[in-house]
Amino acid sequence: MFGKLSLEAIPTDEPIIMWTLAVVMLIALAGIGAVTYYRKWTYLWTEWFTSVDHKRIGVMYIVVALVMLLRGFSDAIMMRTQQAMASDGSAGYLPPEHYDQIFTAHGVIMIFFMAMPLVVGLMNIVVPLQIGARDVAFPFLNALSFWLFVAGAMLVNVSLAIGEFARTGWVAYPPLSGLSYSPGVGVDYYIWSLQISGVGTLLTGVNFFVTILKMRTPGMTLFRMPVFTWTVLCTSVLILASFPILTATLFMLSLDRYLDMHFFTNELGGNPMMYVNLIWAWGHPEVYILILPAFGVFSEVASTFSRKRLFGYHSLVWATIVITILSFIVWVHHFFTMGSGANVNAFFGIMTMIIAVPTGVKIFTWLFTMYRGRVRFETPMLWTVGFIVTFSIGGMTGVLLAVPGADFLLHNSLFLIAHFHNVIIGGAVFGYLCGLTYWFPKAFGFKLHDGLGRAAFWCWITGFYFAFMPSYFLGFMGMTRRLNHFDVPEWRPWLEVELLGVGIILCGVVCQILQFFFSIRRRHQNRDVTGDSWGDGRTLEWSTASPPPFYNFAQQPVVDGIDAYWGMKERGQKTAVEADFQSIHMPRNTSMGLVISLFSLVMCFALVWHIWWLAIVGLVATIAGVIWRSADDDIDYYVPAEEVARIENQRIKALAEA
Amino acid sequence: MRTRLPDYLTRTLLIAAVLLLGGCDMVLFNPKGQVGLDQRNLIILSTLLMLLVVVPVIVMALVFSVKYRASNEKARYTPEWAHSRKIETVVWGVPLLIIIVLGVVTWKSTHALDPYRPLDSDVKPLVVQVIATDWKWLFIYPELGIASVNELAMPLDTPVNFRVTSDGAMTSFFIPALGGQIYAMAGMQTQLHLIANEAGEYRGIAANYNGPGFSDMHFKTLATDAAGFDNWVAGVRAGQARLDKDSYARLARPTFNHPVEHYASIQPDLFQSIIDKYEGMNRSREVEHRMEHMQGRIESSVGTGQQVSKE
Amino acid sequence: MSNLVQPDATAPESEHGHADAGSMTLFGFWVYLMTDCILFATLFATYAVLGQSVAGGPGAADIFELPYVLTETFILLFSSITYGFAMLALSAGQKQKVLAWLGLTFVLGLAFIGMEVYEFHKLIAEGNGPNRSAFLTGFFTLVGTHGLHVTTGLLWMAVVMFQVQRNGLTTVNATRMGCLSLFWHFLDVVWICVFTVVYLFGVM
Repeated sequence: MFGKLSLEAIPTDEPIIMWTLAVVMLIALAGIGAVTYYRKWTYLWTEWFTSVDHKRIGVMYIVVALVMLLRGFSDAIMMRTQQAMASDGSAGYLPPEHYDQIFTAHGVIMIFFMAMPLVVGLMNIVVPLQIGARDVAFPFLNALSFWLFVAGAMLVNVSLAIGEFARTGWVAYPPLSGLSYSPGVGVDYYIWSLQISGVGTLLTGVNFFVTILKMRTPGMTLFRMPVFTWTVLCTSVLILASFPILTATLFMLSLDRYLDMHFFTNELGGNPMMYVNLIWAWGHPEVYILILPAFGVFSEVASTFSRKRLFGYHSLVWATIVITILSFIVWVHHFFTMGSGANVNAFFGIMTMIIAVPTGVKIFTWLFTMYRGRVRFETPMLWTVGFIVTFSIGGMTGVLLAVPGADFLLHNSLFLIAHFHNVIIGGAVFGYLCGLTYWFPKAFGFKLHDGLGRAAFWCWITGFYFAFMPSYFLGFMGMTRRLNHFDVPEWRPWLEVELLGVGIILCGVVCQILQFFFSIRRRHQNRDVTGDSWGDGRTLEWSTASPPPFYNFAQQPVVDGIDAYWGMKERGQKTAVEADFQSIHMPRNTSMGLVISLFSLVMCFALVWHIWWLAIVGLVATIAGVIWRSADDDIDYYVPAEEVARIENQRIKALAEA
Repeated sequence: MRTRLPDYLTRTLLIAAVLLLGGCDMVLFNPKGQVGLDQRNLIILSTLLMLLVVVPVIVMALVFSVKYRASNEKARYTPEWAHSRKIETVVWGVPLLIIIVLGVVTWKSTHALDPYRPLDSDVKPLVVQVIATDWKWLFIYPELGIASVNELAMPLDTPVNFRVTSDGAMTSFFIPALGGQIYAMAGMQTQLHLIANEAGEYRGIAANYNGPGFSDMHFKTLATDAAGFDNWVAGVRAGQARLDKDSYARLARPTFNHPVEHYASIQPDLFQSIIDKYEGMNRSREVEHRMEHMQGRIESSVGTGQQVSKE
Repeated sequence: MSNLVQPDATAPESEHGHADAGSMTLFGFWVYLMTDCILFATLFATYAVLGQSVAGGPGAADIFELPYVLTETFILLFSSITYGFAMLALSAGQKQKVLAWLGLTFVLGLAFIGMEVYEFHKLIAEGNGPNRSAFLTGFFTLVGTHGLHVTTGLLWMAVVMFQVQRNGLTTVNATRMGCLSLFWHFLDVVWICVFTVVYLFGVM
């Protein structure tokens, strides 16, 4: 009746988990209580949960991402504490069965449920505004993508309370992830949470690819688009070409586990090496999906905060395109040590190094944007300079690892850990925290408190260096990754320094939480009345109000060059003028995105626990939901011209008074 | 903008310096065998080449931040300047040149350091078969008829040809002091060629996570001179245990922190039988490894997923 | 409710640059189809790698019956032709003809699936199911995934037929038929590849 599920699935014998669950439930109850007390359920439902507005969806992505960041970061704290304690034969406080789930969950959460949604969230908020469009090409699909992502995140979170998570590392190599070595539900939670959120990501890729190619405002040719939009276009291409590989590979792993097939088993002809190749054929483009939009953010910020045109726009764009293409032919560098032969290894090593060239070009481009500019060092610019310094080191160690002969010594060591955290934190995380700060006032109408933002930056960057630079040396000292205890005393002091680093990052996170609270309390003092939140905006999103009206543009602007808004300002062109406003065609809100995803979540949970009847119910309900939506005729409406005029006149008045 | 370094940053640099000086004994930089030495030198060369780009970048980032900060009205301000052919040529060209150099180094070194390539030496190599089983390492010396668990003895200055497989999940066979690693996979045989040039006891590990016993899956490597090696072999032969199908089945049961064990006699072809256990592997497909000998002859040879005929 | 194909639902004149909804949907679906192509490519690659791993069991030549598969192939190809006629009837605004051709396509598609299920059933009953060897795993998954796609297409077709019957040949239905058309022909192309790579190469 309930498949493998029973009350024993709740880990009552693990005090750490039980306490965590208690705290999480308390916080959740407090949240629900607050919303009820302030009577905001209707507001939340109509304005946010059923919204198909890209701006709302983007904010929701980021909120969930930040929550998951807390969980992934807690995993990191636990790992670092364990490693700092568990030397000289001591077992530490985390038994292997628990520790091994933590390092797996840490990787999965940080990549899929923290970094990806930060990327997609910013894409959502910014791109339609930057290209002068009213929304994305397929607003309902956009909402569906978001809720599918939430379903995946929920599945990962539920695994903490009911059952267990995978103990395989975040890419789950078979045969360890196969049925014989991982008979529990952990790997199944892994598979289904990634599959369901993977569908969401793929749909996002389709959405933004079509949006950018088909919905740019008149006059905005491809080579007049802002660089952030360019990076999103390339990221969409990466998503489109790589996520089907992930879907297929996880599908094959699930067939091995559910139907006793032999794709990747040790016996009856299965080939685990095939999995390794496939998962990294997806995995490498994935890390470029994570980093390219960050490069886009830094391009925008460097130019805006240097009050100068971005240097080498064409170079930057071509470099991005080259990186996109090259990222598909480097995947073997993740497993040089598997024994593919010298020709294969050398080819992929050299291809990997070649990617360093366009990446380097981009870094120089940002430096020369600062050169002979007038650089303002508010928080976003701090992140940018911190990124340039930190990412360069990370990139250097990457090229080092791309030399197969060197990689043979460093593969899977803490040197590797240091490298990828160096580029992911120093590159992607810094980029998205920067983007958050930069575009926050556009989304909410007031700026974040700058002092706390700077404090957060300094904590993050200092903490990062303490937490990860020792790992390079630990790699040189022969320490491999994923150890939960060891007996080499020389490693201990370095690990203690890393724990200190994690503590400093924690201070940064606390600063950011405080920053939210303070900024919200002081929002009236920091209100952005003109829409040009930083005063030096160059691209079209700054020409709208902060926050923009739900339809973005009453009349789509006509563009004649790069940095369209800067051009408008130079010509003294007003962004909001009296005009003969027309009615605007807009999509209706709908709950179907949420509903369909909920049914999918039920189906996936049932699949994890082998509750076959419930899985079928979930599948049928999901399909029924899709068909129901397709039968819905009332999916759009026209905003009356008078309403548009009223909103626009308000803006004209506000601008006149500013 | 503050131009004085924050306190914690100064403290960081001091601590880092102290630690760096103290941590000079880093095994990868103190290799005890030729392979490890070649690989270490690769690391150093690649790092130096990359620093040619990274150092100027970091310097420029800091210098530009200070010089072109908004409060410095004296610096030149050219808000429309966004293009320079000279700069473009340099930023595309110089990294490209460095990568070309590194690329050539990579091509050559990858072939020279191919783990499947036998080492150039006049000394007759020693063959050691390695089986990774949960969570310990079994070393079989087929020519000597002995085996040992979690203890590997190597005679000095003798190339050792490792033939590696796994009886379970995928893991990686790695002796950091002697050179790079190779994956151990079920149903297949991978190869690694190492040599120890300095006597000592070195740590060997599993370098790919394969389950709860992973953290304890390390072994001792004893590099000794010929006499010491013969002594060790004699000591093993003096024991009673025999490694055959049954005793292997007992050994293969999952254990944590398995103590050192010796087998005085072995069943021949046990290693092959472990590989063949995973039936149906694609035998017709073979991995090609080009090997270059010192004389410059380029010989294309074949390393298979199965045991090759005796070297 | 008009029974005629309505003019394209373009946004009002004032909305510059907003491509008409139908063509954008078709374009988006085409993009999705390309990702599906990569999904199949992954399965093909896996089949190629595992194709010789028979684990002492039957190989391709032992279990494939070409005449049977040829029949299946022609049924599917013919169903593409009938769908083409449905699209022609659509542009001529002939609702009943559209429904008739769609119905015929559905029947042919169902026959294809029926034959495939029978083939699978026979193999499994003989003990040559997907859990027998990696080769059979690859075969069942590649061919089965195609079959799953066709089944989804049939379900979609039934829904479209129902919606055409109910609402007539509206713009929305026309766009959906266009997307389904792309999907159906795409599955045909994939089947040609399956037939060639799996069955023909396997037997020869």
